[in-house]
Amino acid sequence: MTSDESPSGAPQRATPPHGGTPPHGGTHPQGDTPPHGDTPTGSHHAGRAGERSVAAAFALSMAAALGLAVVYWRGGQPQLEGTFLALALGGLGVGLALWARYFMPHEDVEEARKPIASTEEEIELFREEFEQGERILTRRKLLVRLAGGSLATLGAALLFPIRSLGPRPGKGFKSTPYRQGLRLVTSDGRPIKAADVAVDNVLTVFPEGHVDEGDTPTLLIRPSGTNRPRPGREQWTPDGLIAYSKLCTHVGCPVGLYQAGEHLLLCPCHQSTFAVLDGAKPLFGPAARSLPQLPLRIDAKGYVVAAGDFSGPPGPGFWDRDRP
Amino acid sequence: MSPAATPGATAATTPGATPARRRAARRRPRRSRLVTRRVARWIDERVGSASVVRTALGKVFPDHWSFLIGEIALYAFVVLVLTGTYLTFFFRASQQEVIYRGSYAPLRGVRMTEAYRSAIDISFDVRAGLVMRQMHHWAAVLFVAAIVVHLMRVFFTGAFRRPRELNWMVGVTLLILAIFNGFAGYSLLDDQLSGTGLRIAYSITLSIPVAGTWLASLLFGGEFPGPDIISRLTVIHILLIPAVITLLLVVHLALVVRQKHTQFAGRGRREDNVVGTPVWPTFMFKSLGLFLITAAVLAALGGLAQINPIWLYGPFRPAQVSAASQPDWYMGWLDGALRLYPGWELRAGGFEVPAPFFPAVLLAGVTFGLLYAWPFLEARRTRDLEVHHLLDRPRDRPVRTALGVATLAFYVVLTLSGSSDVTATTFGLSINSVLMALRIAVLSAPVVSGIVAYRLCIELQARDRARQAHRAHPEHRAGSAGDRPAGRTSAGGASVPPAALAREPRQGVGEEHQRRQQQPPAEQEPVGHEGHRGGDGERPDARRR
Repeated sequence: MTSDESPSGAPQRATPPHGGTPPHGGTHPQGDTPPHGDTPTGSHHAGRAGERSVAAAFALSMAAALGLAVVYWRGGQPQLEGTFLALALGGLGVGLALWARYFMPHEDVEEARKPIASTEEEIELFREEFEQGERILTRRKLLVRLAGGSLATLGAALLFPIRSLGPRPGKGFKSTPYRQGLRLVTSDGRPIKAADVAVDNVLTVFPEGHVDEGDTPTLLIRPSGTNRPRPGREQWTPDGLIAYSKLCTHVGCPVGLYQAGEHLLLCPCHQSTFAVLDGAKPLFGPAARSLPQLPLRIDAKGYVVAAGDFSGPPGPGFWDRDRP
Repeated sequence: MSPAATPGATAATTPGATPARRRAARRRPRRSRLVTRRVARWIDERVGSASVVRTALGKVFPDHWSFLIGEIALYAFVVLVLTGTYLTFFFRASQQEVIYRGSYAPLRGVRMTEAYRSAIDISFDVRAGLVMRQMHHWAAVLFVAAIVVHLMRVFFTGAFRRPRELNWMVGVTLLILAIFNGFAGYSLLDDQLSGTGLRIAYSITLSIPVAGTWLASLLFGGEFPGPDIISRLTVIHILLIPAVITLLLVVHLALVVRQKHTQFAGRGRREDNVVGTPVWPTFMFKSLGLFLITAAVLAALGGLAQINPIWLYGPFRPAQVSAASQPDWYMGWLDGALRLYPGWELRAGGFEVPAPFFPAVLLAGVTFGLLYAWPFLEARRTRDLEVHHLLDRPRDRPVRTALGVATLAFYVVLTLSGSSDVTATTFGLSINSVLMALRIAVLSAPVVSGIVAYRLCIELQARDRARQAHRAHPEHRAGSAGDRPAGRTSAGGASVPPAALAREPRQGVGEEHQRRQQQPPAEQEPVGHEGHRGGDGERPDARRR
């Protein structure tokens, strides 16, 4: 920023402090018009009023800063701290701005704008000097290539530690801890009997021992209407209980709202709506596929248990979701 | 740039300025009584700072209210760094489970991560912690907002044209980083809302074809929620991205200094000069005042306006979600796009591209890709490869303005869609009908608003011309419109009429060609400029009077 501005490109004060003609042919951009009336030497009265307002702003700032210190010292109080801090900063800021407004020069100053690009001469000089060095390099072609090769190899080798950041995305993405016979429990770990779920009620359950894991939240519903099971799922809903993954197939929000009257599950994030009696197929909103269903069984002691894993990977879709 | 380095104190080391030099040389042996001057001289003898600082202090910045917006973004960032530093002293980036025993009674005995507990502690038990936290959040909101408005200013006035394409791209990168870091920041607290946001971010990462599962696993350290995401996001949020933002800000400002600021055409303002206030002292005081006022507004908001009350949301549980979960405003367009895009996904050969990929990854990619490419796309379309230092008025570029307004309308509708459920419940409408209306609006609003903006530009141009014709006849000599003495200078080469200077590079612009063909060629462009000079162009001056 220095080379392009001196000497002739240096900014020129249109009206030098001591009057007289501007140096270096600098001009007032307004041509022949005289400077504005609000230059530093405004009227005496305005000057006094201006000084008073600036002083008031600074005094306010000082008082507020003291107030802030006192509030902090006495134990702090968010609203007062914010207010005093705002007044302290704002008083100072307004004071500076008013100072600039009342007592600093406002006449426009013109600065020449020279072409940014280098001249052909400069480019030619640069090229010559650069090529001198380049010729020394290109004389040893083998070395240049080897240096490039070793740099590239080093760069590639340095990429490998990225692999340490996370495990290979394996089966975990496609399966959950649900196994044949694993009991369903509530968030506090209590196993569930079929009678615990009232008609038109919904319960958030987990596989026993895997509460609050990312892919395990499950909705256990006893809808009042008649279920229309998909082929092959006729035995998945013992005692009128039906279980779906709670994770929306859109972007994985928990499908938290159950509208019992219409037997609809609604995702509060993006309003995808699923039909509980029709295999939780999406009726509305951005979700493209049904919520995976969990096959259920009632075990000998009357507890609700899983009869296997979900009908598909729960939650949002990904590239090879349907591959085995 | 110490205040001591006034030209008077430092002129002695600048060779050439003979009278000043003689005076200073005489003064040299005497030790100045002012400590600051002695320090300035001490530094100058080791660095040679006087001439550099003198140049910097004399730097001229054009004056226009719209140029302050970028400054506000810069100052919001300064507040972010200051408040954020305070927060790092108390925040613990750990997903270790603990039981809360702090002073906020409703959460006592609740199991939560250490990250969430420390955020609650900052809010209730660290003195001034809540004000700092809320100031930090408000500053982030303002930071992105100011960047977006600054971008609009640069776009609609054509400040991105040659030679500023590079700085435009730096600016777009800063916008992306600001948005991402804002999201990373509020995701650290591990409350129910931020956890939901992270879940969505995870799912969007997962939706990327081929590499999605790998990327998600590497970023989160495994399957969601992942054991490492909070500590990783912390490093990203407080170290990596702020460092890059700082670096790019330096580049952004250095380029402004190197290329000099753009200016609106007006009296004496031409392509080959820059007219405005020098840094020292007026501009520096004003700008410092703006910084302090920005910080003051943020402090007032931080103390008085609640933002992100995490203690109400509770700790994150993967199985829970609260209704009306919404991101900060700058992520609203992505959330809205996720809501509006229907469940269309690609499936072939057992592989799939899930639906969220299109509104989230693809839309974001296209958005920022187009932003990066815009200066080149426009230059190609208009075949305008000239260097521009004078800004356009939006009305003089109807096509660009219309496209900009249409794009804005698109993202505004998307942002509104981000709260479609709140709209529905507030006005007692069905969520389904609100969504359908928004789907229609997102496609129609850009078209309608674009056409309206275009017509408006043309009308405003016509009004300018009419006003100018009215004004020119009684007051001025015939033909004076083109060469009013306004811009004449005594500097060499300035004998060309200023309007011609301002006008010449514009002739390559396609829109101009179109308009010229529609209308009689006589004096349209200069007339428009004159209207400008008589009105807006003088505003900075007029305001001072």
